[in-house]
Amino acid sequence: MKVLVPVKRVIDYNVKVRVKSDQSGVDLANVKMSMNPFDEISVEEAVRMKEAGTVTEIVVVSIGPQQAQETIRTALAMGADRGILIKTDDMVEPLAVAKVLAKVVEEETPDMVILGKQAIDDDANQTGQMLGALLGWPQGTFASEVKSDGGKVHVTREIDGGLQTVALEGSAIVTTDLRLNEPRYASLPNIMKAKKKPIDMKAPEDYGVDLSPRLTIVKVTEPPVREAGEKVEDVSTLVGKLKTAGAV
Amino acid sequence: MAVLVIADHDNSALSDATAKTVTAAGKFGGDIDVLVAGKGAGDVAAAAAKISGVHKVLHVDGDAYEHQLAEAMEALIVPMMGGYDALFAPATTMGKNVTPRIAAKLDVMQLSDITGIEGADTFERPIYAGNAIMTVTSSDAKKVVTVRGTAFDAAPEGGSAAVESVDPAAGPFKSEFVSEEMVESDRPELTAAKRVVSGGRALGSSEEFDRIINPLADKLGAAVGASRAAVDAGYAPNDYQVGQTGKIVAPELYVAVGISGAIQHLAGMKDSKIIVAINKDEEAPIFQVADYGLVADLFDAVPELTGAL
Repeated sequence: MKVLVPVKRVIDYNVKVRVKSDQSGVDLANVKMSMNPFDEISVEEAVRMKEAGTVTEIVVVSIGPQQAQETIRTALAMGADRGILIKTDDMVEPLAVAKVLAKVVEEETPDMVILGKQAIDDDANQTGQMLGALLGWPQGTFASEVKSDGGKVHVTREIDGGLQTVALEGSAIVTTDLRLNEPRYASLPNIMKAKKKPIDMKAPEDYGVDLSPRLTIVKVTEPPVREAGEKVEDVSTLVGKLKTAGAV
Repeated sequence: MAVLVIADHDNSALSDATAKTVTAAGKFGGDIDVLVAGKGAGDVAAAAAKISGVHKVLHVDGDAYEHQLAEAMEALIVPMMGGYDALFAPATTMGKNVTPRIAAKLDVMQLSDITGIEGADTFERPIYAGNAIMTVTSSDAKKVVTVRGTAFDAAPEGGSAAVESVDPAAGPFKSEFVSEEMVESDRPELTAAKRVVSGGRALGSSEEFDRIINPLADKLGAAVGASRAAVDAGYAPNDYQVGQTGKIVAPELYVAVGISGAIQHLAGMKDSKIIVAINKDEEAPIFQVADYGLVADLFDAVPELTGAL
């Protein structure tokens, strides 16, 4: 089985984001960037499937600036086989990303695409599902367990109130949730080896997809700040305050 | 103008998130129809018809809709969208799973998890886990929107819309329901609860989590939540997780026990009306958003609080 794993370069999840003073967006200058954490989980899952012998090849694809090549290298160091960078400096919306990925799937003919359930920058949670619709493939979103047996993929999904397992027929989309696995750190020898793995350089035009955005940003602002209240001395004071506030 | 709202339900009860989505659809404008797709979900359709502001309920009954799987929902809803200007769904795991497929088929860029609407094409939504708020206009002819429940009040009862039967889409579909493992609980559902008691990693084990947190939650009639750290450590099941990547809650009272207050967690609860924090580290970031902070050992303070209420 061949697996395609799309990865996105985003602000590192430990960085406190700052809104630009002209309200045009979030300040990305001199900020640490990393692979979207959910995408790391996707890469890890694909690598584990390869180690288990169910997957023969893992192709990683990223749509983004030149530096997204580093993100692809990280995935290659974790155990992916080769990469494709579709280079653009523009912001690409999930719909356009899904359209480009659909073209990549046509070329690469993977049996499964594993994506993060959402990117932690735009928090859209759309790309995997959109790709599924464009390809006419079934989906197992928010996966906490993925098993292949007898030609069907069984995905256990984290849903409101519990877990749900679905069986998917044929080629399938999986989107990963936090508890699917714990991604490995790449070892130094594997980082060195990854430098020799091939990355194809492409442009969005190669895929003939219109990337023009459908959404126009009016402004990006700081959320309203919640003021700290007061420290209370002891439990009885706390109970008194809550009673006065009508909370209990 | 007309809006189609997808109802979220379990075939017996309509979720509160649906009535909140109706409120958001009302701000968009036009006639609001609610789609109840399920199996034996007649009671749900009747409940949807009672939501004030609903024009019509479309009731679809079929095996494929018992669990509202995305592929079957896509096949049903895409052809219906010819008659609507917008599709609204609650940003529950059902809505998040289903709507992007429809948006892609309609060639529309979806607006996820909106928290505000200005007119028919301008929407407000949180990005970066709520650390920034983005206002966007959509140039698409039709809008596909998921609605963050905590940002809108539930539309009241008082309507009497007609319920119309609609045929299910013809299958078969490429996905199939296998099993479900729902957490059994007498407590209110986390995202709909008026009070929430959440525990963090400081509880140290799942036994202590249950021993300390549950009695307080029972006393308050509260739902139980947890920080990501507590869930990752196995102290609480994953659907307890409050935060950016878990559930977003905004109850009237939120009690954070032994939770330090990572940005990730604050994103999921900072819109709560009253926040109480109990933590022995007085520098914990949770105190920066708490209305009432108690610096104390939770193993003493929480049982005392439970006893005092």
